[in-house]
Amino acid sequence: MKHLLSIDDLGTDDIAQLFETAADMHDVQSREVKKLPALRGRTVVNMFFEDSTRTRSSFEIAGKWLSADVINVSAKGSSTSKGESLRDTVLTVCAMGVDGLVIRHPASGAAVQVSEWVDASVVNAGDGMHEHPTQALLDAYTLQRHLGSLEGRHVAIIGDLTHSRVFRSNVQCLTKLGARVTVVAPPTLMPSGVASWSAAAGFETSYDVDAVLPEADAVMMLRVQRERMSGAYFPSPREYTVGYGLTRNRLALLKPDVPICHPGPMNRGLEIAADAADAAQSVVLEQVSSGLAIRMAVLYHLLAGEEA
Amino acid sequence: MSLVITGASLLGERTGDLYVDDAGVLVDEAPAGAETIDADGLVALPGLVDLHTHLREPGREDAETVLTGSQAAALGGYTAILAMANTSPVTDTAEAATRVWELGREAGLVHVQPVGAVTRGLAGEELAELGLMHRSRAGVTVFSDDGKCVHDARVMRRALEYVKAFGGVVSQHSQDPALAGPSACCHEGELSGRLGLPGWPGIAEEVIVARDVMLARHTGSRVHVAHVSTAGSVEVLRWAKGQGIDVTAEVTPHHLLLTTDLLAGYDPTFKVNPPLRPQEDVDALRAALADGTIDAVATDHAPHARHDKEHAFVDAAFGMVGLETALGVVRTALPDLSWADVARVMSVTPARIAGLADHGRPLEPGSPANVVLVDPSATVTVDRDASASLSRNNPWHGRGLTSRVVHTVHGGRVTVRDGALAD
Repeated sequence: MKHLLSIDDLGTDDIAQLFETAADMHDVQSREVKKLPALRGRTVVNMFFEDSTRTRSSFEIAGKWLSADVINVSAKGSSTSKGESLRDTVLTVCAMGVDGLVIRHPASGAAVQVSEWVDASVVNAGDGMHEHPTQALLDAYTLQRHLGSLEGRHVAIIGDLTHSRVFRSNVQCLTKLGARVTVVAPPTLMPSGVASWSAAAGFETSYDVDAVLPEADAVMMLRVQRERMSGAYFPSPREYTVGYGLTRNRLALLKPDVPICHPGPMNRGLEIAADAADAAQSVVLEQVSSGLAIRMAVLYHLLAGEEA
Repeated sequence: MSLVITGASLLGERTGDLYVDDAGVLVDEAPAGAETIDADGLVALPGLVDLHTHLREPGREDAETVLTGSQAAALGGYTAILAMANTSPVTDTAEAATRVWELGREAGLVHVQPVGAVTRGLAGEELAELGLMHRSRAGVTVFSDDGKCVHDARVMRRALEYVKAFGGVVSQHSQDPALAGPSACCHEGELSGRLGLPGWPGIAEEVIVARDVMLARHTGSRVHVAHVSTAGSVEVLRWAKGQGIDVTAEVTPHHLLLTTDLLAGYDPTFKVNPPLRPQEDVDALRAALADGTIDAVATDHAPHARHDKEHAFVDAAFGMVGLETALGVVRTALPDLSWADVARVMSVTPARIAGLADHGRPLEPGSPANVVLVDPSATVTVDRDASASLSRNNPWHGRGLTSRVVHTVHGGRVTVRDGALAD
């Protein structure tokens, strides 16, 4: 594996192997001394063209615990606004001798394009509305810890699907692992062409949260940006919450102990009520520690082997 | 400069010789001492006319100049091209139009006919000086804000009314900006949903086409629809023509052959506006071109410097080059189209739409000698580096296209000889 650009790049064997490594890395987190020497002498650049706190910190800590030299480059607005092409920007950074390039970009496909220009291993840390593969891996890893195998288990993904890279990576990852996936959103926030896509890819769609929740073995809530109202995607936050939010009343529809995920940052009171976010079955904080383990595993698999 | 062209298949219909006198006009007897071109096995067509070319001069001479664009045009078999107005500065005054016209004459390879902007600065608000551009030496009759839609219905109405006084036509870039905003870059459908690219739905084109044909009916004026890309627009055009509305339409070569699935790898070479569409639309466009619902093929030749295409997909420039490949693409996409029909959609009708009296004429004595000679059986593998254009955003690179332009004659002067620019 040279790059991690899309869940589509991974076979089920790859995912299983990453999860196995992640489990080992997870154990490291509970040690007093967390550092492993695996990536000593390797340089990882976190190149973020878009604001991010959790993902960038997660990759930074993951790299450091593996003893890589990690540099953060905040490239927000540095490319097109200065007239420099994306290609020139990344080639400039990579000319400094970079082994791993972790890239976050507001444009879909940016990581794919960058991977064609550079020699370094590229990790997609979120490209526009396209994919966020490490998020999907950490979500599935977290759910497996609670549910065991995901084969035949039913996962509901609820929220702004149109604009969500988390959804796009998760629907692929979960179906690869044999889960039954139902995605729920108002029609305006369903991705275009979802009818043929879901038929081809083997997932289900629904506009009815209340019908889906009682059948779910896990629930994944997606962030809804308030700015979407200006695009006439929905009339008001209140109406969204009533129609599609995981409210206190809806918690009661869930089977006992169904894990509740959210990739963060949460809009409490909009897509997820405080009662749900803080419920005993919420795995939101566990997702964060899983994220570290998964990112350590990804960096390890991409960067550790090649020197030998 | 007199010329004898022997043994050409005229419009693929009958073999004959063509004689060109010193004045660059077809005559019925061989002039003495003329250069002879052996055109045995070649098809002769009236020189091609492109309703939709982007030369980047003035403003972006690193991407294309009037000269290099003219060279590309000649190599593609063109003898006349319409230079779109979205240069920097915009062609929205008589002076700007005249300058482009003069540059075209200096280059001397094809007739470069400036297109005037409909609105000042392409801003869509106030009319540009349409009448002064028309009265200038450039004699502008086609007006377009291409790259942007004249989306304000009132402005579009007034423009259509105003140009009636001098027989002008408005060429519309049909894109409702509320339904397909500036970031829209991928046909809205399953692929845009999967790729997470902002969708450019066919309906954003169709609502403007529908509105504009009604405005043309209401004003009794003439409208031209640039780069039609969807089956829905074809339906509207078919209806409008059935109603007797004075509307014409063009389709680009790339919309006749390339489909949206090429965007799967996020290669900005395939980013174009309107976007590449699914096969169903391509099929409808081919049928509409063949049956006359779509009147003309126009290249939308849109050269860009390499660095303007090396951004993330949504940030990269729209457009692809096309002058040198247009005929080959049309032959490849519609192999059953007769040569007479090729001449109709690539020369005769575009010349009529643009009011170019010297172009698209029958290959008969009395016509100005604007002629292209084509090898109909050749297959050419496109090499983007073997191009007269300054730009390399060529979606046809590596593809095999049917037929090859061998010689081009513009006003009696050989501009292309044996597939290369003549000295």
